[in-house]
Amino acid sequence: MNKIFMSGNHAFAESAIRAGCRCYFGYPITPQNELGEYMAANIRKAGGVFIQSESEIAAINMTIGSAATGTRVMTSSSSPGISLKQEGLSFLAGFELPAVIVNVMRGGPGLGNIAPAQGDYFQATRGGGHGDYRMPVFAPGTVQEIADITFLAFDVADKYRTPVMILGDGMMGQTKEPVVFPEPIGELPVKEWALRSMGDGPSKYLASLILDPAAMERHNWKLYRKYKEIERNEVRYESYMIDDADVVVIAYGTTARIAKSAIKRVRDDGIRAGLIRPITLWPFPKQILQELARKIKQFIVFEMSTGQMLEDVQLSILGKADISFYGRPGGVVPTPLELARYIYRECQNKKELDYET
Amino acid sequence: MKLKNEWPKHYKREVITHYCPGCGHGVVHRIVAELLEEMDLGKKTIGVNPAGCAVLAYKYFDFDMIEAAHGRGTALATGIKRSRPDLFVLSYQGDGDLAAIGTAETIHSASRGELFTVIFINNAVYGMTGGQMAPTTLKGQKTTTSPDGRNPKYEGYPLHITDIVATFPGVAYAERVAIKSPASIIKAKKAIKNAFQTQVDGLGYSIIEVLSACPTNWKMSPVDSMKWINDVLEKEFPLGVLTDKRKGNS
Ligand SMILES: Cc1ncc(C[n+]2csc(CCOP(=O)(O)OP(=O)(O)O)c2C)c(N)n1
Ligand code: SF4
Repeated sequence: MNKIFMSGNHAFAESAIRAGCRCYFGYPITPQNELGEYMAANIRKAGGVFIQSESEIAAINMTIGSAATGTRVMTSSSSPGISLKQEGLSFLAGFELPAVIVNVMRGGPGLGNIAPAQGDYFQATRGGGHGDYRMPVFAPGTVQEIADITFLAFDVADKYRTPVMILGDGMMGQTKEPVVFPEPIGELPVKEWALRSMGDGPSKYLASLILDPAAMERHNWKLYRKYKEIERNEVRYESYMIDDADVVVIAYGTTARIAKSAIKRVRDDGIRAGLIRPITLWPFPKQILQELARKIKQFIVFEMSTGQMLEDVQLSILGKADISFYGRPGGVVPTPLELARYIYRECQNKKELDYET
Repeated sequence: MKLKNEWPKHYKREVITHYCPGCGHGVVHRIVAELLEEMDLGKKTIGVNPAGCAVLAYKYFDFDMIEAAHGRGTALATGIKRSRPDLFVLSYQGDGDLAAIGTAETIHSASRGELFTVIFINNAVYGMTGGQMAPTTLKGQKTTTSPDGRNPKYEGYPLHITDIVATFPGVAYAERVAIKSPASIIKAKKAIKNAFQTQVDGLGYSIIEVLSACPTNWKMSPVDSMKWINDVLEKEFPLGVLTDKRKGNS
């Protein structure tokens, strides 16, 4: 196993190529440019296609065309560009086409800035495009996990015939770490549903226009059943120092790394804190939070936003425990010390409150 | 002339058309289906149909097809052709689709010289959504969103997008034809055949603009519509070959 020192953005691309991704379409935007640049330099060597498209809209629609032929395909962007891709994501969901979409998030709204942020959680998990669809969303936490999850994302996309999004942020995209890549994938199974031209058989078509409301409803319920299956099978999370915890921090991606350092600090001060790190943001790891809420009464949600994943935590815990929130939006990256102070204060407050009541 | 009473292989049977009487779409469909059979291409074709009156083209065409979001046909076609360069790829689009919302995709796929063929139906209005102004609407032409006639002061001028892309080095064949008479249909078929052959020979992008009637939204009879194409529409959009880079023609 070869350990390579690599940035997150490069790891997305290298892992995708190893997963058999043979088409990449993208439009430059910071802080994910290195992903497209790596593809430009390397995907053709693997017999693949790289196009720097005229826009993110064109990129996602090229992605649709390529996915329709059964090709493993990726597109990537950062927040404003992902907004432009939303119509295409809805079409991918409606057509039931597999594709992997990377969003290396930056500060917003608007053009915002190029600093790391987590403000696109709602857009990613609530179906930023139109219509009644869901989309698996992965949130890796290290460069190694970027490599592993990108590889996995192609399998999940193919298995369920769905677009899959991977959420990173500017920090993860730029950070260099040692990484071991999965071995390149061999021959992939033929996708029976794909458009390969009719040959001597019957012709096929992929349509998202379903004029008859009853048929459209059937299609929606069919998608719903698939989403339920994904919810049953694909939830992923990491628990860290949970066994003896009195307080649970919930954070993903970059903030989860910060949270781990903060947890070590507060543990030195005698506060037994632990972490739940969702690796899938949809489907959200509801069940583990529900189980924990039976014995642990204090949860802290920590995000680089004003509180988005917070709502999923609230929907999971349903008032069975106290939830507080610490966030820094707009591209400000909080320090472990800052979060440690917050955890400490919250635990002291709670102690005083519990004493008074 | 020998009249044929045969059903083209790549045109589905027993379907009821949704196109209005006198509409050009159906005629162009027939031409495409005939050529795909005559040139033995249909079996290895993937077509892209637009949002527009031709959104249901896959109900008529009997070859593999996918529907594009409004304006994105040539982006899909790019993804398809780059993934499967061995296949024959076709994007069928209206003027709102190709020359308004999809202008960037049109220009850039042509500029990249993508190796597929575009069939561009110019009926000078938005048919599907009920006759609004299109980028190709003529000066003075009344539509539901230019009720007093298109006034350049407010609405600008008709866009000649095929003339623009015909100047690109990557565009190997571009021609403008019309569906207005039996003779014009034969000419249109010849043009589309040239475009298809251009793709087969891998020479570059090919596009055929078809001036095509929309009697419903022009509020004219089919016969008057044919006459209007001949007397009025063609004056703004003259017929003819706009570029031809096939051997001996460049
Ligand atoms: C994003 C988006 N905007 C608007 C529409 C509505 N729409 C559907 S077809 C169309 C215009 C069709 O006109 P044209 O392309 O000229 O084709 P025609 O119907 O005349 O053949 C519009 C505006 C849509 N489907 N998607
Ligand atoms: S509205 Fe116009 S373009 Fe559409 S089918 Fe009718 S005649 Fe043809």
